[in-house]
Amino acid sequence: MIRPADYDFFARFLKERSGLILTDDKHYLLESRLIPLLNRFAIPDFARLAEILKSNEAPIIAEAVVEAMTTNESLFFRDKVPFEDMARSLLPALCAARLKTHTLRIWCAAASTGQEPYSIAMMLAEKPELTGGRRVQIIGTDISSEVLERARAGRYNQFEVQRGLSVQQLLKYFVKSGDWWEVVPQLKAMIEYRKFNLLDPFGGLGTFDLIMCRNVLIYFDVPTKADILARMSRQLAPDGFLQLGGAETAIGICDAFRPLPDHRGTYVHTRAPATIVAARR
Amino acid sequence: MKTCLVVDDSSVVRKVARGILEDLGFCVEEAADGAPALEMCARAMPDAILLDWSMPVTDGLAVLEQLRSSEAGRTPKVIFCTAKNDMEHIARAVSLGADEYIMKPFDSEILREKLEAVGLLDRVD
Repeated sequence: MIRPADYDFFARFLKERSGLILTDDKHYLLESRLIPLLNRFAIPDFARLAEILKSNEAPIIAEAVVEAMTTNESLFFRDKVPFEDMARSLLPALCAARLKTHTLRIWCAAASTGQEPYSIAMMLAEKPELTGGRRVQIIGTDISSEVLERARAGRYNQFEVQRGLSVQQLLKYFVKSGDWWEVVPQLKAMIEYRKFNLLDPFGGLGTFDLIMCRNVLIYFDVPTKADILARMSRQLAPDGFLQLGGAETAIGICDAFRPLPDHRGTYVHTRAPATIVAARR
Repeated sequence: MKTCLVVDDSSVVRKVARGILEDLGFCVEEAADGAPALEMCARAMPDAILLDWSMPVTDGLAVLEQLRSSEAGRTPKVIFCTAKNDMEHIARAVSLGADEYIMKPFDSEILREKLEAVGLLDRVD
């Protein structure tokens, strides 16, 4: 059981460290995610865990708490539509407006265990015509170093590789390694993973042609969402695209973006021209 | 209603698969070995076949080879569903005409996705 005062402390701690909003009805979530951590560090109860975090005596435990609470399910080609839109109209529009020498930069802002960046890499490896020979740099960031380690290793269990991937993709882009399926080096080489907190300044990341920030804004309160989106708009090329998750929106939160018609979850700069992508046939 | 033939010598697997497939709106037939499965296909070709690899008399590969050797036998979508989870087995099944591959154990989500992937279920967006 978590005492109300401790719950309030955990909520404040998580908001401050990661921006995560823990509403009053998330006792179950907090308990289910943190009980394994209590066992791992031999901490007797939540009251003691709160004391440890307050005293700042064990930064490794503080980091583990943030990681345990911010790690979420990830699937290859999750929701399918964003990847289809990327192939059908977003990448062609970006390429049409860029020289052959331009390096296309794509940011997966909540890369988690790597399925999203690997899905993009797989799509580009399968259809090199999408980028017309341009170099592509995929940056995958996440607040959790534990999930990034998994992403870098590119190792997945059989349940993970059976969701979203065709058998042909499995055979082409993975090798069996014991009980695991490991992404081939060709795809790994296309992605750079960096530990990064979305509450920190984005300046060092550079400018991107496409930003995927999916299924992470839902964990933030409105002012934090607005701040992240406004800062993202400054990292996005004037004709670039932002893709949000199915349950997320920029409408009414940040006026730097407007939705791209006929492309669910895709946003462009408010001042981007109406003809930014070719009309869908 | 689309039909699916579940071919597996394990009655437990057949029962689990039947439950999932019926929930997804399929009419399900069962066979406990490859030979009766081929006889059932000769009588009425199903839309999908969920096919186990190892069976006591006629195994899944033999079923697939015989099935795909006839014109009518090229129409069903064949999803191999086995515990043989290495690349060689998967590649062999695909080369003989399997449309998809499910590694046991599996869950309802995986089976649903594979049926979507072979075009027998509408996509849930």
